[in-house]
Amino acid sequence: MTTLSEQDIRKIAHLARLQIPKDELKVHGENLTKILNFVEAINTVDTSDIKPMAHPQNLAQRLREDEVIETNQRELFQKLAPLTEAGLYLVPKVINNTEEE
Amino acid sequence: MEFETVIGLEVHVQLATKSKLFSAAATTFGAEPNTQACAIDLGMPGVLPVTNKEAIRMAVKLGLGIDGEINYESVFARKNYFYPDLPKGYQISQYELPIVKGGHLDIYLEDGTKKTIGITRAHLEEDAGKSLHEDFHGMTGIDLNRASTPLVEVVSEPDMRSAEEAVAYLKTLHTLVRHLEISDANMQEGSFRCDANVSVRPRGETKLGTRTEIKNINSFRFVEKAINYEVERQINVLNNGDKITQETRLYDSEKNETRSMRSKEEAEDYRYFPDPDLLPIIIDDLFIDAIRDTLPELPQQKFQRFQQEYKLPAYEANTLANNIELAKYFEDTVRHAKNSAKSIANWMLGELTAHINRDNLETIACPVKPQHLAMLIKRIEDNTISGKIAKTVFEALWNKEGEVDEIIANKGLKQITDNTEIEKIIDTIIKNNPKQVEQFKTGNEKIIGYFIGQVMQTTQGKANPKQVNDILQTKLKD
Repeated sequence: MTTLSEQDIRKIAHLARLQIPKDELKVHGENLTKILNFVEAINTVDTSDIKPMAHPQNLAQRLREDEVIETNQRELFQKLAPLTEAGLYLVPKVINNTEEE
Repeated sequence: MEFETVIGLEVHVQLATKSKLFSAAATTFGAEPNTQACAIDLGMPGVLPVTNKEAIRMAVKLGLGIDGEINYESVFARKNYFYPDLPKGYQISQYELPIVKGGHLDIYLEDGTKKTIGITRAHLEEDAGKSLHEDFHGMTGIDLNRASTPLVEVVSEPDMRSAEEAVAYLKTLHTLVRHLEISDANMQEGSFRCDANVSVRPRGETKLGTRTEIKNINSFRFVEKAINYEVERQINVLNNGDKITQETRLYDSEKNETRSMRSKEEAEDYRYFPDPDLLPIIIDDLFIDAIRDTLPELPQQKFQRFQQEYKLPAYEANTLANNIELAKYFEDTVRHAKNSAKSIANWMLGELTAHINRDNLETIACPVKPQHLAMLIKRIEDNTISGKIAKTVFEALWNKEGEVDEIIANKGLKQITDNTEIEKIIDTIIKNNPKQVEQFKTGNEKIIGYFIGQVMQTTQGKANPKQVNDILQTKLKD
């Protein structure tokens, strides 16, 4: 039995960049706990002699030859963006707090 | 207390493919912003990544180059985090099943010591875009041309014990990827980036100390400086009775210091999981062997061969073998002067390298060509010019003043080998310096150096020092 605390929910919400009103933390915790316990049923199956799969389809990936096929469609794509300048997408200023590895 | 430094390095090598890792957009450096970012790179809804075969090939090539184990099955995973230059909200990387497992690189330190550095893994991943923080009315500009460019991240074991070893490892890896022709490894353009994990521990302790990670150090010199700074900082913290915080630090090359960027404790939870858009990569021995067949001579093999074939000492052999352009230049020169390998190596690591560095040139663009250097050495060996004058000739060659013999003739640099001429000069010098002659006769034999100097000055270095010495000895003892 897994039980998610309000703190767990706050953390998950933060990782997903979701804002959850304080009074909803409890109900989300209960719902997610139910989902987890539902999935938990899978853990009762004995999988000791089954090789783990990385993908539900037991297939290998088809690879692509190294060729440039895409053309420049910047104008088309940038029509969708709220703000662009000098070819760049503009976003609110970010400070390095969760930068790439 | 005496401390021991422990360093592990993570190096991102940008693979030299024409198209991206997961899309068919171009990877050309320096293109207009966002002109090489297609719908897949932008993370548009409904798109699917398709893996570039050449990137897999190059990663396998690297794996063979570091003597690693190639995984027949490797899996792409999503590494989840939010940042504007990562439009999908995750980076496609490899986690549990990287393409290369294990391996090692042998490094050689300046004193000739060999050390083997273990490699934990090398995995494929896509690069993120670039954030430009210059002022766009208080906003950030995003260029996604670099998004999905293929990278191999090479993770070393914490096997290095000094900044010097770390730099030697980096240089060895840098040379290797260039030899393998899988990356241009241009550090300024970010094709070869290094993060360093640094910790210290009391000497004799076997447990690792708390480490910090120094991010994105973009030159060999800065790697050394950043590590040395960080080691000193950590030792100070510990000596003050404080604890090291596990965190990411940024190296500031202008101030030569590292600064805390973020604390690891709460920040990182990447929630890796296999990317459902990408099936596992399955490769077989046929694929691997075909790549093995195309492997060029590796720096390590070259290093061995240079020692055996040309009888070069370890240091010279290593320096030449580890620089693809220098190695080629060396062998081209040897072809013109078969028995002078040792002198060629000395000239290359002395004058040639000094000039290349001074003018900040690529070896290939250097004005003194292999046939010039070979001829210059020939002229020293056949006593046409002295070793000292040869430097003058080298300088003239560098300034494109002509061929070797031409320069020697035009500048009148031919060594004076005619005994009578040298004797005449010596006679005059002996006559003009009675005090020094007296000193020689009363037992100060070192004063001979003064006379040799005088002769060299008079002849502008064109006399053969050995010949001058012989004549002086006879005449002064008269």
